[in-house]
Amino acid sequence: MRQIIPVFLTLVLGIALLLVVAEMPTFGDINNPAHNVVSERYINQGVRETGAQNIVTAIITDYRAYDTLGEVTVLFAAIAAVLTVLNRLRLGVICPEDRERGLTDEDAGDPDSKDSC
Amino acid sequence: MRMQEILILKIVVRFVIPFIQVYGFYVITAGHLSPGGGFAGGTIVAASMVLYALTFDASQGLEKLSHERASLFESLGAIWYVALGLLGIMVGGNFLTNGQIGIPLGTPGYLISGGLIPLLSFGIGIKVAVTVVSLYYSLVEED
Repeated sequence: MRQIIPVFLTLVLGIALLLVVAEMPTFGDINNPAHNVVSERYINQGVRETGAQNIVTAIITDYRAYDTLGEVTVLFAAIAAVLTVLNRLRLGVICPEDRERGLTDEDAGDPDSKDSC
Repeated sequence: MRMQEILILKIVVRFVIPFIQVYGFYVITAGHLSPGGGFAGGTIVAASMVLYALTFDASQGLEKLSHERASLFESLGAIWYVALGLLGIMVGGNFLTNGQIGIPLGTPGYLISGGLIPLLSFGIGIKVAVTVVSLYYSLVEED
């Protein structure tokens, strides 16, 4: 019984998503909604307006540079979070187990003490 | 036999790393001319440093790029990007504008063209490279 429910849910979701995919526009069709004024402008005016030959770079660092700033911020937040979690001792956080072993807050900043929770 | 003791690997890696780094910086600086850019090139540069740490030792890699220096480059990359964006506001345009505020765009197809695009790519490249490398170091360091 515990296995039937996940299988059933997966099947229902899979069929629903497949139906959605079947409704998607054909790849490369001229009448696709992606082929609108915006992409026309990029293709026709991109080199003149940005000076960059590579249209992908022209879009991500000129037309959509604000979006790339968001990507850079995501990278920054991700690495800051990882370093915070992995280097708790260096940042001055003492774990409960360390406290039981007699470590004090002064040991926290010591890079030689390799104990982590 | 431990990884650090294989002589052939050490020699070959020492020979290959400069080429990988030059290629990475090429992908970064020629991002507006050919496929590539800051994200791809930064990852290639980071791969060379991860290769160094894999072949030699993570502690030797940390000597080349300590956590303090990594966080410095990390912040500098982000600040460089935002500063170039604020340049647009200083001159009187929008945030992160390029050609509209009168920055010379150069001849398309040459290395120095595209206005701010190569500078932005450079900032992104430094940032991505340092992010990947310091992520690898801090994960390896744990054990």
